[in-house]
Amino acid sequence: MSCIADAFAASPNGKAFIPFITAGDPTLEVTEQLVVGMAQAGADLIELGIPFSDPTAEGPVIQEANLRALRNRATTDDVFAMVERVRVICNVPLVIMTYANVVFSYGIERFAARQAELGMGGVILPDVPHEEKEEFSEPFAAAGLDVVSLIAPTSHERIRAIARDASGFVYCVSSLGVTGVRSEINTDITSMVRLVKEERPDLPCAVGFGISTPIQAARMAAVSDGAIVGSAIVRMIGEHGSSCVEPVCAYVRDMATAVHSV
Amino acid sequence: MGNSSTSRGRFGIHGGQYIPETLMNAVLELEEAYDRYSRDPSFNAELTNLFNDYAGRPSLLYFAANMTADLGGAKVYLKREDLNHTGAHKINNVLGQALLAKRMGKTRLIAETGAGQHGVATATAAALMGMECVVYMGREDMRRQALNVYRMRLLGAEVRGVDAGTATLKDAVSETFREWTSRIDDTHYCLGSVMGPHPFPTIVRDFQAVISRESRAQILAVEGRLPDAVLACVGGGSNAIGSFYHFIPDKTVRLIGCEAAGRGIDTWETAATISTGRLGIFHGMKSYFCQDEYGQIAPVYSISAGLDYPGVGPEHAALHDSGRAEYVAVTDDEAVNAFEYLSRTEGVIPAIESAHAVAHAMKLAPRMSADQILVVTLSGRGDKDVAAIARYRGEDLHE
Repeated sequence: MSCIADAFAASPNGKAFIPFITAGDPTLEVTEQLVVGMAQAGADLIELGIPFSDPTAEGPVIQEANLRALRNRATTDDVFAMVERVRVICNVPLVIMTYANVVFSYGIERFAARQAELGMGGVILPDVPHEEKEEFSEPFAAAGLDVVSLIAPTSHERIRAIARDASGFVYCVSSLGVTGVRSEINTDITSMVRLVKEERPDLPCAVGFGISTPIQAARMAAVSDGAIVGSAIVRMIGEHGSSCVEPVCAYVRDMATAVHSV
Repeated sequence: MGNSSTSRGRFGIHGGQYIPETLMNAVLELEEAYDRYSRDPSFNAELTNLFNDYAGRPSLLYFAANMTADLGGAKVYLKREDLNHTGAHKINNVLGQALLAKRMGKTRLIAETGAGQHGVATATAAALMGMECVVYMGREDMRRQALNVYRMRLLGAEVRGVDAGTATLKDAVSETFREWTSRIDDTHYCLGSVMGPHPFPTIVRDFQAVISRESRAQILAVEGRLPDAVLACVGGGSNAIGSFYHFIPDKTVRLIGCEAAGRGIDTWETAATISTGRLGIFHGMKSYFCQDEYGQIAPVYSISAGLDYPGVGPEHAALHDSGRAEYVAVTDDEAVNAFEYLSRTEGVIPAIESAHAVAHAMKLAPRMSADQILVVTLSGRGDKDVAAIARYRGEDLHE
């Protein structure tokens, strides 16, 4: 429906590499350079976080990025203004990742309208499960955008119902717990993806949480339609500050290559 | 802003289940178990035994004769939840949830705590029932409430400091939710107030409703009539909803929730959610929250760590919307005055949280007539607050 499905279709092998960054960390100017740079380095879809004061689904690395961005006063309007500047030179598919209250407070319809205006794909809201989705997905669908559904290792029999109502792609949470780098992922991702595909053969399914190495990314992409990487990148941004663009883009190039070679 | 057709646990437009997918089956399982056991006579008999023989229920409804004479208006009754085992109403909810968790086969309780009262109550129930217990507490609160930290450890609980955000209650709640997403199978999140995702606001309310079930019968027995108003302090709102619940159908009884205004509702240093907040979605529920124009949750302040929370339970939000309950804001100064007043007048040292309700009763009673009745819930005892109040009055007293 939105540019999200196209992002998967346009990739060399139909598999998407999806990096996540928190907008405003370390500054919105650097975020702007990162978006453009990561697109050039092979990112198929970029997950852009609007910072929230209390990111309950995040581990320490992304929590700190949220706080850094908020200290820089990166507001929802500032993030949209930054995307507007990006759009002059770059049309990479973008999806917003934030928390329900950020969208609700802005006005769900107003938020969707602004995203549509900027040619964005929609939102990922980790604190909006299937039961509460409609309040968001109806106004977003009306604006031609997706509210991405998540499935988790605990979802079991819920996966089919979630997949039936999903749009854009299904975000497959690889592990219990919050975001953060993990040395291994033991969940049976293949079975989770199979349940999604049985309901919706054409709906892309990308895996996130815990992925940090090209080998992990390739392994996850092999059993799904893509890999999402957040904490590993956000940690580099935290370490390198305003000089993070070059190392992050080099890392994204390696990761995208790994996903596209599956 | 129509509610999702499958959304559960609504109080008017408030409530719901705004949590990560990882936790959905856990809350559905909890709801199912609660539906089953809340109708199970053996579960209810066991809980009643724990209430009566372990926690010391029923709690007294005490006629505060000195206070009544001094204020020169309505008769003031105090519902003495401060006399419960562990010194507060928190034990009512904790015994219920621990028993429920045990029936569900859980062996481990996790909980958030602000001042430490809910943490102590959870550690107590875990010790009693032979369960493992981990309590999350903001690093700042651990420093302010060192005695309660030690008390929890004494009871066999592990206390984990939370450094995230403002290192206070809201961050402890967030961290406990994070922990729950990483370990669900053997673990029950024993939430301390009528907040969070469905079914917590309903479960906690039902366990706390024992307060008004008793006080309604007690006042009818003593006075032969219902009170004119019931007062209780509101942070998340568990003692207040427990104090209100069985009076809700009695339309002549005013229900008054007393929020913490901190340094005043016209300042940033306040925790008065209904007076200063607006509709939002946080910590699993739609309700009123102190937040900025972009929905960032505001740092809140009150002298009372137990009321220092930026949200309010969804049932209170709905009772506010419908006008069935009123919510007033009480400042630090007023609460401290009431804390000292009740200590001197009745020989009862209230928790600083409960002192917010006493403060409003002190304003209300003199404007009422001698044949009118106020019931004020003393949610907890004030021993934990003595050092902080001394410091507020300029005395350098440390525990």
